[in-house]
Amino acid sequence: MFKKILIANRGEIACRVIKTARKMGIATVAVYSDADANALHVKMADEAVHIGPPPANQSYIVIDKIMEAIRQTGAEAVHPGYGFLSENPKFAAALEKEGVAFIGPPVGAIEAMGDKITSKKLAAEAGVSTVPGYMGLIEDADEAVKISHEIGYPVMIKASAGGGGKGMRIAWNDDEAREGFQSSKNEAASSFGDDRIFIEKFVTQPRHIEIQVLADTHGNTIYLNERECSIQRRNQKVVEEAPSPFLDAETRKAMGEQACALAAAVDYASAGTVEFIVDGDKNFYFLEMNTRLQVEHPVTELITGVDLVEQMIRVAAGEKLSLTQADIGINGWAIENRVYAEDPYRGFLPSIGRLTRYRPPAEARGADGIVRNDTGVYEGGEISMFYDPMIAKLCTWAPTRTDAIEVMRNALDSFELEGIGHNIPFLAAVMDHPKFISGDMTTAFIAEEYPDGFEGVTLDDTALRRIAAATVAMHRVAEIRRTRVTGRMGNHERRVGTDWVVSVDDAQFAVTIAADPKGADVRFADGAILRVESDWVPGQSLAVLSVGGETLILKTDKRTGGFRIRYRGADVTVRVMSPRQAELAALMPEKIAPDTSKMLLCPMPGLVVKIDVEEGQEVQEGQALCTIEAMKMENILRAEKKGKVSKINAGPGDSLAVDDVIMEFE
Amino acid sequence: MSDILSELEARRANARLGGGEARIEAHHAKGKLTARERIELLLDDGSFEEFDMFVTHRTTDFNMAATKPAGDGVVTGWGTINGRQVYVFSQDFTVFGGSLSETHAQKICKIMDMAMQNGAPVIGINDSGGARIQEGVASLAGYAEVFQRNIMASGVVPQISVIMGPCAGGAVYSPAMTDFIFMVKDTSYMFVTGPDVVKTVTNEVVTAEELGGASTHTKKSSVADGAFENDVEALIEIRRLFDFLPLSNRTAPPTRPFFDDPARVEESLDTLIPTNPNQPYDMKELIHKIADEGDFYEIQEDFAANIITGFVRLEGSTVGVVANQPLVLAGVLDIDSSRKAARFVRFCDAFEIPILTLVDVPGFLPGTSQEYGGVIKHGAKLLFAYGEATVPKVTVITRKAYGGAYDVMASKHLRGDFNYAWPTAQIAVMGAKGATEILYRSELGDPEKIAERTAEYEKNFANPFRAAERGFIDEVILPHSTRRRVCRAFASLRGKKLSNPWKKHDNIPL
Repeated sequence: MFKKILIANRGEIACRVIKTARKMGIATVAVYSDADANALHVKMADEAVHIGPPPANQSYIVIDKIMEAIRQTGAEAVHPGYGFLSENPKFAAALEKEGVAFIGPPVGAIEAMGDKITSKKLAAEAGVSTVPGYMGLIEDADEAVKISHEIGYPVMIKASAGGGGKGMRIAWNDDEAREGFQSSKNEAASSFGDDRIFIEKFVTQPRHIEIQVLADTHGNTIYLNERECSIQRRNQKVVEEAPSPFLDAETRKAMGEQACALAAAVDYASAGTVEFIVDGDKNFYFLEMNTRLQVEHPVTELITGVDLVEQMIRVAAGEKLSLTQADIGINGWAIENRVYAEDPYRGFLPSIGRLTRYRPPAEARGADGIVRNDTGVYEGGEISMFYDPMIAKLCTWAPTRTDAIEVMRNALDSFELEGIGHNIPFLAAVMDHPKFISGDMTTAFIAEEYPDGFEGVTLDDTALRRIAAATVAMHRVAEIRRTRVTGRMGNHERRVGTDWVVSVDDAQFAVTIAADPKGADVRFADGAILRVESDWVPGQSLAVLSVGGETLILKTDKRTGGFRIRYRGADVTVRVMSPRQAELAALMPEKIAPDTSKMLLCPMPGLVVKIDVEEGQEVQEGQALCTIEAMKMENILRAEKKGKVSKINAGPGDSLAVDDVIMEFE
Repeated sequence: MSDILSELEARRANARLGGGEARIEAHHAKGKLTARERIELLLDDGSFEEFDMFVTHRTTDFNMAATKPAGDGVVTGWGTINGRQVYVFSQDFTVFGGSLSETHAQKICKIMDMAMQNGAPVIGINDSGGARIQEGVASLAGYAEVFQRNIMASGVVPQISVIMGPCAGGAVYSPAMTDFIFMVKDTSYMFVTGPDVVKTVTNEVVTAEELGGASTHTKKSSVADGAFENDVEALIEIRRLFDFLPLSNRTAPPTRPFFDDPARVEESLDTLIPTNPNQPYDMKELIHKIADEGDFYEIQEDFAANIITGFVRLEGSTVGVVANQPLVLAGVLDIDSSRKAARFVRFCDAFEIPILTLVDVPGFLPGTSQEYGGVIKHGAKLLFAYGEATVPKVTVITRKAYGGAYDVMASKHLRGDFNYAWPTAQIAVMGAKGATEILYRSELGDPEKIAERTAEYEKNFANPFRAAERGFIDEVILPHSTRRRVCRAFASLRGKKLSNPWKKHDNIPL
């Protein structure tokens, strides 16, 4: 076995690999760019080598720099993680030349699977089901109709050079095929300067399901079941689970065996993933093979009990797989939620900055539930603009899918993350979405269910009542503490009342609270009683309560006369008032939010360093508009709301006075 | 007998109606609560004891004798906030527009005298059209009587003004002399002369809101210390502020049970200071992470945001915080920030509230507008305030402490009790670049040499150790242990006794 390995990656995956290496008694070497000098993976590793400036193309993906780090530290093997150099055959070849083991598949397999057309051919040859289609050049519309007809409708007509939906048409009959061919061709020519077109079967109700394979250098290949990754936003996976709620044992076996056949065909050795697209009738078609460890590998580990990183290291060291296909079962259900630094309320705009608070749920391992959080950040750390915006992979496991979802809901409710925008509310909304709960989803789930983006969650009456009961009990505790202040008039203390009116956003509940040493009964106007028990004390931002016998986890912030509560993707303002306060508060006029000015004014005398937007550009709330240097400090001015820049009055180098108009909005 | 008793109830009911149902309704329609409703929300349930409910005015001019509403446009008395005593007056706009008469003033003076005698704060709720013109000079005399009491009470008991309607003309000077002024957005305004007079005299056309609304006074003039959305929120927040304040200069600041470990470690503070010295960071994060339960009551949040002032609790006891804010103007000291902080420091000192100072200051703001505006004297106010303060003073320098601004920000030399610095502190006459340009003027033509000199200066002087070697910094502490260190420092100062030489009063550069 290796004595020392280098991890040519950063973030959570570097930390993930270090954990297993440490468990196996292998020393670890981290590499880092300037932006990662204080990163978690650097702190966790036994050694760390600086490899250059923040941009990945000047650090993490520069093969020479990694090779130099290997030479410096004497690492015997390299784990590439995912992304960066993980599927770069040149890197694998460079390592081979130097006699350093690559913890991944052989160069040949990477090359074979790295090319879309080659991989598809190889797959077809290996007996893997591929999407029926025609890859040759199509001369004219007549030929296109003929081919479409042969494949069987619906078909997808695609530009070879295509991407982002450009030059792509779906045809359900001959007429549409003829027309689609022409328009795709025109669009392809104008967009990519390459009008080559190909046609393939259009898969309806598509689901993204992938098979995890594991092969050694001794000719053994096994599959470790599937992962369903249908919940994606713009091809970026958001939620993954294993097993898939859709597959039956037969389909699973067929997919698994085909995946193994493909792996064997390219002499694969290591962990790899064969991605399939599966239609509503459980027909599956090969998409591509990823010759690396996948981001979402933890869900497989949770249901199989196999440490994939450990297996990869052992295979790379030449060991024989100690597992056979018979050893691989499905134990329970696992779900992964990717926590991204993307603000769901602002069109999922990436958010960068300092994690002023980062308290993920405690990792726990029990017979009825597991919480695992793979992360590469820490409180006080920085989410930088240079790398992908993933903060953590929150995974849960439970014996059943329903329970795994419930464990996930509570884990998301307990996940404290402040300082940057993040998608936890969105993830919570997905976990409560009926279609997700039923398992009836396709890769279009997010696009179809959230066509206008995410606008938060509206809680039902039951949830509102539970929040009302919890917050009135919390408010009571806080108010009683206030009465214990020193300097009060003896014998004339304030007595905290029992009748309250709680408003949760627009919903209002009149309640009476009867407290006892263990908790409190909160009685609603209709006679319903919710029992609240908790160890919560004022100042705790995370309130873990039992309400009506069930766990309720609330993220709380103090607000005037109440709290801001975040729960299950909702963000509500709670006010706890005495009946008289409520009566008088009802007299207060509702204020219409003031019309924010349509100009960006310079808040301080300073020098324009840069303007980040252009005239005519749409901007999201919070987006950086320009940078002003004042007192030798750079200040970033951000959009206060969504809008379109109509006019820019200043440019870099301009010296501005207070209230000078920098730009105007439509 | 029962008739007599019930007559009292009838009279009380009549007095409680103030200007009558119709006026109350009109008042509500404007989004305002009545004088009594406001008191109800301000004080603990059922704790209000009213004085002078039946006082009426004595004017006969202008047919005034025909209308003599009980209470004469102001409700006065005392009660408790979370069990602690407070005196209140609340002007009743439904009675003669809340105008101040001789007797109205007398009622206010009575509770102010009681407050001074018994050592409890005064909260004044202002909602008044101004002087009662029918009374002429008697009304003016009434104002002056109140003013005189504001002056005498200053530094003896905390005085809080809440502006919940108009407050114009001479009336503004009573709140102006209290410790804190809070306003309600959209329904309150303050000015010496109203828009009509402004137009006549200066030809300026301006609305009452622009001239003296909450936004004007919290952002531009700094007359007000804060503003709230409506009456209810304002009164809830005044109660919250009250919990921080001592009852008088004879009692210690309040303490209440707390649920936060004084030794709480905040690892994230170790990375608060960015690697790039020109990159700002939010000083409020530090305040929140030092404070008990992250609870911070900010004063003058919207004015001179380059300095932060407000109250926190440490181990349950009130502490005043003054902190440079690198996010705004790099945390520089200027006229506005010096005035803002100086007044806050003096309030704390007057009421024995210990002061925590967090320093990241690049110096004083240069420029003609500052010099013409008298930054010399205004800056001196903060220096003076810190120097004269005898309360426990704990200072933490997080990053820059340059030049004269280093001296000003509660330095050791101004009788700082504990002067801590983070390892990232740079205590020097100025930044490395500026210093080398002066020290090595002859080498300015050689950028390489200058860069070398700058690096050398940075290495030798941009750190806390030069100051620590002289004992100007008591200890260099790790950021993550700041809360523990600061809590222990204040705990050790609980017995502090320090007094200034006898004088009639000082002559702070006003």
